Amino acid sequence: MTADLGTAGIWFAIAAMALVTYAIRAGGFLLMGYVPLTRRVRSILNALPGAVVMAIIVPLAVRGGVAAIVAIVVSLVAMTLGRNDLLAVVCGVGAAAAVRALAF
Amino acid sequence: MTDPESLPERPRPLMAGFSHGIRLGLPVTPGVIVFGLVVGAASARHGLSFIQNLAMNIFVFSGIAQLVALEAWPQVITWGAVATLGVLAAVIGARLFLMSVSMRPWFGTLPAWQSYLGLTLLTDASWLIAMRYYGEGGRDVAVYFGAALMMMAGWVAGACAGYLLGGLVVEPARYGLDLVLPVFFAAMLVPLWAGRRRAYGWIVAGIVAVVVERLVPGWWFIVAGSVAGALAGGYLDEAQPEAEE
Repeated sequence: MTADLGTAGIWFAIAAMALVTYAIRAGGFLLMGYVPLTRRVRSILNALPGAVVMAIIVPLAVRGGVAAIVAIVVSLVAMTLGRNDLLAVVCGVGAAAAVRALAF
Repeated sequence: MTDPESLPERPRPLMAGFSHGIRLGLPVTPGVIVFGLVVGAASARHGLSFIQNLAMNIFVFSGIAQLVALEAWPQVITWGAVATLGVLAAVIGARLFLMSVSMRPWFGTLPAWQSYLGLTLLTDASWLIAMRYYGEGGRDVAVYFGAALMMMAGWVAGACAGYLLGGLVVEPARYGLDLVLPVFFAAMLVPLWAGRRRAYGWIVAGIVAVVVERLVPGWWFIVAGSVAGALAGGYLDEAQPEAEE
């Protein structure tokens, strides 16, 4: 386990990360092939995207300070009003840049 | 952006779906490129060759995992180090497992070569685009491939540029570019909104994620918050018969 693999070591590391990551990417799908898609399972899967987004952005907003919170709120408002992804991203990112330029 | 109401089941030309997917991926692409720049620069700093950087970005294609692995990149690579980097990729990529789970209802209807090829390109952004598209009735897998390959193109372009430019990259935070991905995610909450009942799951997800982030080091807060929120949302949804779309 302690032998120096030399320059080939980088390739082994890349291969290991790639294989593990693909196993994860395909694994959930593969597993669900053996789980019947009952109504309850579908309900849980339907609820998953919103839950993942919240689990990513809420801690980020809490940790990221004023700029992150402003960016997220502006983007939500822009998306609600304009229903356009690109517009929402431009508004949110612009708001964050403005907040940072002003003080924070 | 365009015709989410169009008839989903009618076959349409491959390229039409593909370019629709590219359009869906467009808003988040700047964020993907900037993230790629950072990872490419880190690869150069840690002694990867240009080809190794390219290979890692194409085949691992998992931004946060790569960044953390590169931060922990050992001077001398042993089998132990290879194993450690593999475990790191697994732990940080764990949320991809949940995303993969939720691709089943759609990708389960496809030929295996399409679903397993498609899953090689699964990232946070492409998954979210897919979920929204599917949620709005879309079933054209060319749309998924268009969006996912757009992510890959932006990622690889960013990573190669970052590798070559190295330290010359301007600080992305100044222009708010570090927030493109989270801001895009936040915007996606609007089309994902499915009534107040579903929102209880969202609240659970947010609270659990914040608490776990405080208590447990690493990236487990995403997995913990997501699972808690999906279970809460799913069970509450079940309690309401007409909530099924």
